[in-house]
Amino acid sequence: MKPHTLSVLVENRPGVLSRVTGLFSRRGFNIESLAVGTCEEPGMSRITIVVIGDDAKVEQVMTQLHKLIDVIKVSDLSENERVERELALIKVNAEPGTSRAEILQIASIFRALIVDVGSKSVILEVTGDTEKIDALEKLLRQYGVKELVRTGKIGILRGSKSVPGSK
Amino acid sequence: MKPGAKILVESLPREGTEIIFGYPGGVVLPIYDELYDSSLRHILVRHEQAAAHAADGYARASGRVGVCLATSGPGACNLVTGIATAYMDSAPIVAITGQVPTNLLGNDAFQESDITGITMPITKHNYLVKSAADISRVVQEAFYIAGTGRKGPVLIDIPKDVSTGLAEDTPLPEKVTLRGYNPTYKGHKRQIDKAVELIVHAERPLIYAGGGVIASNASAELVSLATLVGIPVTTTLMGIGCIPCDHPLNLGMLGMHGTEYANFAVMESDLLIAIGARFDDRVTGKIDTFAPHAKIVHIDIDPAEIGKNKRIDVPIVGDVKAVLQDMLSGLKKNNAYEPWLKKIKHWKQHHPLRVKDDGRLHPQYIVRALSELVKGEAVIVSEVGQNQMWTAQHFCFHHPRTWITSGGLGTMGYGFPAAMGAHFARPDVPVFDIAGDGSIQMNIQEMSTVAANKIPVKVAILNNMYLGMVRQWQELFFDRRYSFTELPPVDFVKIANAYGIDGMRVDSPDDVVPALKASLDCNGPVVMDFRIEREENVFPMVPAGAAINEMIGGHPRS
Repeated sequence: MKPHTLSVLVENRPGVLSRVTGLFSRRGFNIESLAVGTCEEPGMSRITIVVIGDDAKVEQVMTQLHKLIDVIKVSDLSENERVERELALIKVNAEPGTSRAEILQIASIFRALIVDVGSKSVILEVTGDTEKIDALEKLLRQYGVKELVRTGKIGILRGSKSVPGSK
Repeated sequence: MKPGAKILVESLPREGTEIIFGYPGGVVLPIYDELYDSSLRHILVRHEQAAAHAADGYARASGRVGVCLATSGPGACNLVTGIATAYMDSAPIVAITGQVPTNLLGNDAFQESDITGITMPITKHNYLVKSAADISRVVQEAFYIAGTGRKGPVLIDIPKDVSTGLAEDTPLPEKVTLRGYNPTYKGHKRQIDKAVELIVHAERPLIYAGGGVIASNASAELVSLATLVGIPVTTTLMGIGCIPCDHPLNLGMLGMHGTEYANFAVMESDLLIAIGARFDDRVTGKIDTFAPHAKIVHIDIDPAEIGKNKRIDVPIVGDVKAVLQDMLSGLKKNNAYEPWLKKIKHWKQHHPLRVKDDGRLHPQYIVRALSELVKGEAVIVSEVGQNQMWTAQHFCFHHPRTWITSGGLGTMGYGFPAAMGAHFARPDVPVFDIAGDGSIQMNIQEMSTVAANKIPVKVAILNNMYLGMVRQWQELFFDRRYSFTELPPVDFVKIANAYGIDGMRVDSPDDVVPALKASLDCNGPVVMDFRIEREENVFPMVPAGAAINEMIGGHPRS
């Protein structure tokens, strides 16, 4: 059982996301993370899905995904060298004159941006792999995380290799 | 400019549709208004589920795409069991449903249901059409998707304002191209060579043929290959008919209620060639013990079936017909399997299927009597349960597409409406529905449809006043505790008569053949109520979870 990052190229049509996610729930998979957006091809979207499962089950789900008419291409990025990123927005308690300076210092170590400063809190924006964001979150907990929102993971193959556009 | 409903009704004959099975309602009024003047034949069923099954029966008997039509909400929901049945058995149907107007979508409007959402996991694809201008393209795509590759149901949901909305006729492409849908038809040459190589070197090869052989119209190729090389063939429930029952190489059905010799052959085979079959649990029993000594070749058009349940040595993705043709060109006449065939012959002689001859009315005898009367020149549809297994075991099928049954989903109530559909595909032969008293009552209202349209379906009810298959399991595995499986006696003759249909009741074996003959002589529908031995079981039987050679109710192993 290991995490698989699947990249699914789909027609950008209503209902396509529920067709794709439905296949996972039908087979008892829990989707760890999900990110959807438009991509380099007009009219298409790329869905990045992280699931944990044994190789054979994940392969079966991939072949089932292939069968969906709106799915153009399915690849398992975990098989290759790749870059993976997530983005998080974290609202942290930061009363002026107390921990605010420390928080700013931590942000700078993690190369997080301060995107909003309020009277009692600040908002950090951080990008990185899952572990980095987990680490930052853990550090900020001591100050009181008021709200945290994370995107799903997105991934891309390293080098000139790319996920081709046809089945 | 013309309304979407007219575009829809005009587009169906272009796809080869002659007949649709349907039921009108509020939001499909514009479509029904167009049907009023159309040359399309419409059969009004008495419940939408029957419309879906009839379209499915038509599709399986003809090899063409069947069409059903229902209104939104309850109408669409009533199609669901029929669509799921077609999906599990890869039957090509197009289901058209009405939907509430687009401005009310999602508003819980009267008779609204999210039928595209509901049918997502049980259709090959579905469409919610948002504009009349899309209808002709969607219809063309739907028929293409339903009828190609691994076939299956496609649903088209049409909101009322889309069927009344106006659009120009749009020119359609000669050939549909969908970027995300490109079935593989031709098998990979190297894989085919590997399979041929395995066949040449095998000592105990066995073909395990499924419904894919029939769907691909590859029965002739299958029989040629088996005969050329001398490989015995066992078929799944869905594969019955792809090789004549009396062909010397045919071992009949395998699996839970398969023949003993077919199951023995699987267990001793050193090369299993699975063709258009999917290693279903009713076939394999305990999967780890299935075909333990065999290398496995698997030919299937659906790559997702390969390796789904069983590890495959040589996978071949492609259309069964095309692959078998390629394999045939690589094979020569062969006598190498003589000892194997001799062993199988011995099993066949010592472990035949049995029919009791004790003066009582046994269902197996009725099936065999019908089989001898029609000699394979009939379409036989069944319901689900004991009636289905007795027919699969004891009827002698000579042709593909003459045996129609709900295999994957096991839908009681399938047979009678599917038989109606099959009649329109094969008006040249008699169509029988072999039923149980339980399952016939799941769509018994269709007696009104067959009566009104003079559809000459012959219904043979094997009446044991039980939900027989469940009772059998209760007898064998639940200490004879017959929990809610006994049915009160029903006078099916009177019911038939009330609908205006001829009915006969048969209590003794002597009356079986005369009754069946009388039904064949009758031009219209007939209902025969055979009062069979109440606690008759389907044997042999592999208990759930056992290996397929651990059969009960068979002969002592010699």
